[in-house]
Amino acid sequence: MKYADEYRDKEIALGLAKTIRAETHLERPYRFMEFCGGHTHAISRYGLEDMLPNNLRMIHGPGCPVCVLPAGRIDMAIRLAERSEIILCVYGDLMRVPGSQGASLLKAKARGADIRMVYSTIDAIRIAEENPEREVVFFAIGFETTTPPTAVMIRLAEKKRLSNFSVFCNHVLTPPAMQNILESPDIRSIGRVEIDGFVGPAHVSTIIGTAPYEFFAEEFGKPVVISGFEPLDMMQAILMLVRQVNENRHEVENQYSRAVTRDGNLRAKEEVSDIFELRDQFEWRGLGQVPYSGLKLKRAYAKYDAEVRFGMNELRVDDNPACECGAILRGVKKPVDCKLFGTVCTPETPMGSCMVSSEGACAAHWTYGRFRDHQQRRAS
Amino acid sequence: MKAYQRKLDIRNGCVDLSHGSGGRAMAQLISGLFHEAFGNEWLARGNDQSAFDVGAGRMVMTTDGYVVSPLFFPGGNIGSLAVHGTVNDIAMAGAKPLYLSASFIIEEGFRFADLKTIAESMGEAARSAGVHIITGDTKVVERGKADGLFISTAGVGVVPDGFDLSAENARVGDRVLISGTLGDHGVAIMSKRQNLAFETEIVSDSAALNDLVAKMVVAGGRGIRLMRDPTRGGLAATLNEIALQSDVGFHLQEEAIPVKPGVAAACELLGLDPLHVANEGKLVAIVAPEVAGAVLAAMRGHPLGRDAADIGEAVADDHHFVQMATSFGGGRIVDWLSGEQLPRIC
Repeated sequence: MKYADEYRDKEIALGLAKTIRAETHLERPYRFMEFCGGHTHAISRYGLEDMLPNNLRMIHGPGCPVCVLPAGRIDMAIRLAERSEIILCVYGDLMRVPGSQGASLLKAKARGADIRMVYSTIDAIRIAEENPEREVVFFAIGFETTTPPTAVMIRLAEKKRLSNFSVFCNHVLTPPAMQNILESPDIRSIGRVEIDGFVGPAHVSTIIGTAPYEFFAEEFGKPVVISGFEPLDMMQAILMLVRQVNENRHEVENQYSRAVTRDGNLRAKEEVSDIFELRDQFEWRGLGQVPYSGLKLKRAYAKYDAEVRFGMNELRVDDNPACECGAILRGVKKPVDCKLFGTVCTPETPMGSCMVSSEGACAAHWTYGRFRDHQQRRAS
Repeated sequence: MKAYQRKLDIRNGCVDLSHGSGGRAMAQLISGLFHEAFGNEWLARGNDQSAFDVGAGRMVMTTDGYVVSPLFFPGGNIGSLAVHGTVNDIAMAGAKPLYLSASFIIEEGFRFADLKTIAESMGEAARSAGVHIITGDTKVVERGKADGLFISTAGVGVVPDGFDLSAENARVGDRVLISGTLGDHGVAIMSKRQNLAFETEIVSDSAALNDLVAKMVVAGGRGIRLMRDPTRGGLAATLNEIALQSDVGFHLQEEAIPVKPGVAAACELLGLDPLHVANEGKLVAIVAPEVAGAVLAAMRGHPLGRDAADIGEAVADDHHFVQMATSFGGGRIVDWLSGEQLPRIC
């Protein structure tokens, strides 16, 4: 497959793995957090863990927009979808995300709510045009990568003078969440694992560039390497991080130079800043309230804001107290350290954020890697 | 046809509630459309059931329902799929499929022309698989109560005495053979789904596998432990089921698993795993290591097994894991699919 196989070459991978092993110092640990769920997925799906030295550990961060969506926001969407005049358009992987008391959009759909799975923002616009007598709400979610398409859709709705279209905005930002992981007050109660560097998200950086991560390199002294999602990208990014650590450097480096620049996509950033503004707080499943980490529509676009248009009230639902997601997302614990993992919490019945989408740390470990737990148990 | 006042207007007409009422209209539909397409001596007798002879051996019976959307897809339609699926379920027992039944639940307003095309492709699929559709049923439901057309089938066949393929038969050391490329059917269907139309030359692999199975049985005999067609849930679900039922694990080699580049690309785009995607013309065979070479050669000598491959082996594993050495050099589990396959947002 052109442009994919090239990044999955076994020989090059084995060469990179050999170099990583040769350059890591045995006497010290290397702990790198991949923030993005796409990276977690790649590590698990291609079995990269098996190719890395034992003293190099990848910590799976919170970076999956579906995982981190709090149950309260799902409840809000369900309440909205239960109104007879509303068609709620959502991306497929949101359908199974649990709200409170086991509710989900999939179950709400089965009970009769008009919820339609869409594959692009344009589908939602089309549905609004085809159903002028109904109210069509698009469940917007995602990091900086999926925010520009939502902005474009609002522009399109404006241009088409669609009066029955609005957006339930759940867009979130990566840098504030990274900062939360490093300095949240929660660290005092759940402990802290030293992080020696970050693998930075590629798709997000195609929009915002590498510059926003310079803060982490400078203020926190953490190396950041922006990496693509192919397994060779990951291996190369890990090697770049190892070298920065060895040389005591902390810089932002760009492994994904084929698509990412320092400044990112200026036009997309402009569109986003025209239409959206920061929320003071936004709740992340597993991380709690994170200041200035979410976006909402500016007042000028209030008629496209479903929260305003339908008077939606913020709903808060506490996570299961036995769930260890907060500690797992920060690398303090591993999925198997949580007593819910694989017992009541599985991909079919997710309890916490790490199990909610296939890209979460627990789901990825359950789906692709849990054989290693048994191997380790046998070895010890 | 003289018994009916007017002929079915196949080109412009459509099914209405009278075609399920048990009256003349229904008889006309059955006779003028289904009997024409399936044409055989059993149906021609016009009974509510059909009596048939069975040769020596044990009977095999299966039943299945088809609710596919869209009804027409590259490489087939719901009718040919219904025949292939039922024939294959019988063939996976190492049996010779003989007779099928077909039950139609039709939504009011369904076009005769489409129904005729579907019935004709069922007839054609049955003839080329060497089976007969010898009894059936027709129901019509009000508009909105079915997605166009649902088909239920049942099938019977005969398996030779002493031949007993079953999901608990896999043994440690057995080889895992697959008859060809994975995921073709699922991707062909997805490429035509509303909201997901994308351009691909991939056509469904829907096919009757009984002739391929017959060749495999000659080559491998009782060294064939079991066979399964990896339909919904794909290869992953099939091997996980067998692992549980046979109390073994599996080790697969990703590099050995055949997947067409177009299927791999579509799955990549949608965030799906080809190992979870449905097939309708492929089989997995678990065979004793000493016959694996002969069975594989027999598969490759058949048009439906040209791309057959030996993709791994059964291993001792209390946890029943299906593990895979990735083509990249690492290891992973091949797990059941969780819920429905849903594309990721990013």
